[in-house]
Amino acid sequence: MFALWMASIILFMVSLFFDRGRSMQAVRNAWDLFLKILPMFLAVLVLTSLSLGFVSEKFLTDILVGKGLFVGTAIAAMAGSVAAIPGFVAFPLAGILAARGVPYTVLGAFTTTLMMVGVVTFPLEKGYLGTRVALVRNLAGFATAIIVSMVIGVFFGEVL
Amino acid sequence: MIRACLLYGGFGLFSLFSFCSGYEPGLRSIENLKSFVVTMAGILPPAFLLVGLFNAWVKREVVERHLGENAGFLAYFWAILLAGTMVGGLFVAFPLCHVLRKKGASLAVIFTFLSASAICRVPMTIFEASFLGLKFTIIRYAVSIPLIILSSRIMASWLGEGFVISDGKK
Repeated sequence: MFALWMASIILFMVSLFFDRGRSMQAVRNAWDLFLKILPMFLAVLVLTSLSLGFVSEKFLTDILVGKGLFVGTAIAAMAGSVAAIPGFVAFPLAGILAARGVPYTVLGAFTTTLMMVGVVTFPLEKGYLGTRVALVRNLAGFATAIIVSMVIGVFFGEVL
Repeated sequence: MIRACLLYGGFGLFSLFSFCSGYEPGLRSIENLKSFVVTMAGILPPAFLLVGLFNAWVKREVVERHLGENAGFLAYFWAILLAGTMVGGLFVAFPLCHVLRKKGASLAVIFTFLSASAICRVPMTIFEASFLGLKFTIIRYAVSIPLIILSSRIMASWLGEGFVISDGKK
């Protein structure tokens, strides 16, 4: 977290040095974006707080990895495929779950399918590519997400 | 908006009830929310500032100019860069695909652009690295970029260059 603050402060100073107006524009842009996402963000925080208040951490990890990491990854990948949450909300949520012991493999499957597979946006995609191609593209995205999450699992010491 | 307000109000009442009666899951929920808000307050300001700086300094048009000029592997590079710097997600990506196709970009490059616009957007990446760590992000990029290029090439050769991307109006 320290590195993140340092990086943003240093880059902001550099930006200020070169172009004051543009830096102020960046701050405004960041603020607008924040306000736009805030209602949904708070709602997700409240719902997550409640869910994790009623469900113990043990139960959560049992559901996701109790039947093996692969079952958990499959559940997460399917959830990510049908869900339509913006990344600005999904990644903080994933961060919370990671801190509660949910494996990175599972989170990787969730966030990657969330981005690559769009059941909800399928009608839109169909309009441009046709049903067959849209379907193949989404399946390829699903396969990619599974591979990505497995490699993440290997590097984080969760798989193998 | 109304639903969100109902949720906050409901949670407020529930917290009050839990606080007065000492209801265990309720108290845990309050503790959770407190710790989440503290975490978010520590990460969100710099993350949003980085996104704002990125949006203010990088203009899509600069990248767009390069696409199509370069044949070969450089075209993939620019396709991914264009996708990464794009705002608006799929709703902007699809119309852009239609335009790029008409301007003569190859099918494999367009599919790469489409997938990259889902997974390589810089603002999302800033958030990912902030919350899940840089290691997570680096692995994801290193694995997914070759895979999307590969699958795009396979799809392009399967469909043939005659494939038309429609304008989305049916």
